[in-house]
Amino acid sequence: MTPFFHVGRYSQLMYRTFTVPQRWKIFVKQTWKEMEKLGADSLPITLLISVFIGAIMTMQTQMNSENPLLPRYTTGLVTRDTLLLEFCSSILCLILAGKVGSNIASEIGTMRITEQIDALDIMGVNSANYLILPKIAGFVLFIPVLVVYSMFFGLLGGYGVSLFTDLITPSTYIYGIQYWFIPWYVYYSLIKAVVFAFIISSVSSYYGYYAYGGALDVGKASTSAVVNSSILILLFNLILTKLLLT
Amino acid sequence: MIELQDIHKSFDGREVIKGINAVFHTGQTNLIIGQSGSGKTVLLKCVVGLLNPDSGDILYDNRSLSAMDKNERVTLRTEMGMLFQGSALFDSMTIRDNVLFPLHMFSNLSDKEQVKRAMYCLERVGLGESASLFPAEVSGGMQKRAAIARAISLNPRYLFCDEPNSGLDPLTSIKIDELITDITQEFGMTTVINTHDMNSVLTMGEKICFIYQGDKAWEGNREELYESDNERLNEFVFASKMMQKKTRKQVQ
Repeated sequence: MTPFFHVGRYSQLMYRTFTVPQRWKIFVKQTWKEMEKLGADSLPITLLISVFIGAIMTMQTQMNSENPLLPRYTTGLVTRDTLLLEFCSSILCLILAGKVGSNIASEIGTMRITEQIDALDIMGVNSANYLILPKIAGFVLFIPVLVVYSMFFGLLGGYGVSLFTDLITPSTYIYGIQYWFIPWYVYYSLIKAVVFAFIISSVSSYYGYYAYGGALDVGKASTSAVVNSSILILLFNLILTKLLLT
Repeated sequence: MIELQDIHKSFDGREVIKGINAVFHTGQTNLIIGQSGSGKTVLLKCVVGLLNPDSGDILYDNRSLSAMDKNERVTLRTEMGMLFQGSALFDSMTIRDNVLFPLHMFSNLSDKEQVKRAMYCLERVGLGESASLFPAEVSGGMQKRAAIARAISLNPRYLFCDEPNSGLDPLTSIKIDELITDITQEFGMTTVINTHDMNSVLTMGEKICFIYQGDKAWEGNREELYESDNERLNEFVFASKMMQKKTRKQVQ
């Protein structure tokens, strides 16, 4: 199947997905559920990874910037900007593409092969709208929360390094993360994350929705969902950076 | 009444359904029988609208499926109930919520009335006490009964069953068959059943269509089945020793 085939079928699926829900009450309830399942349940892994990456980034930056011409606060500044510009949106979303993407693709794929989606269609329910829209809405609405927490905990990880090692003093680190702060970086990161969340949830839903066969095929759909979401995240990262930063 | 008019369906150039005509009457259990791979499931999927036939038409009480717009199709689908081969219950919901689902989506009943209707359907299939269990916590037979309860919750005019007895023991199969027959008469539905279970054929077959390699090879009722001289049909019907014994007894 050519990429054009997938683009066409994906567009058709999204056209069916973005219609007015048949029952708003059910849609809102489903969206809350998805926010909890895809968003809130991803919070522990997000915080854990953010703390460690923040700490490691601080250590590595400090160890690699021993040039006396560089001010001591450079470490805090570099850690902050790297976290804000790249880690808390792109890298975090690449990680979440694995967790959330495989979850969505396998759930919808299993529903497909066990005829649960056919059952919805027979009832007259718009299965794409009922199953996919709450997932996209839930994840896109919750991703800013994950990104903000990731920023805070990433910076906290770096602060931990300054507290528990003698690489950098806490006051220098705090000065560094406050120095020349550009608020737009936060918005830039949030915009990117929202786009990536849409990619993860919609692309994974697409692969799950058109899964065909048995358990093995659901596994394949899940893998395709993660791989293609990741590739699209990288591609859109480039496009958005060009559009928003340069 | 459901009328099939010259239905054709092909996949990748291979013709799976070759111009089938049939009429399924209201208040009857209409069976589509045939060997595995004969095209029964494809035909049923065409009838319910999950697959679009390449040519031909399906009339639901003289309403043409091919002439219906999107909204008319949604309305028609609320008049349908379907029992899938694997039950197709939503495994994230309890049995009660499964039955409530179509009511939530399409009925204008109050929440209290919806629950009352769901419990009535569950009690009708003998699952009143298992309402709070999840599909994975009940047996295959109970799952089928729960799926029947869900299928009848909106009081459908048409009931479709795809291999309702697959994976069930003979005793449970008989119970499911009886339940489908009773419900068909009680609710005055047009029921179409896809099966290759000969017990079902002989107990429920008020109208039988035998499909052979995508074509309708024979049509009749269970009494006519014994007397038919259709070679293909006899090959299929009398394949098992049990059926051969049964026929011998009947002849004697």
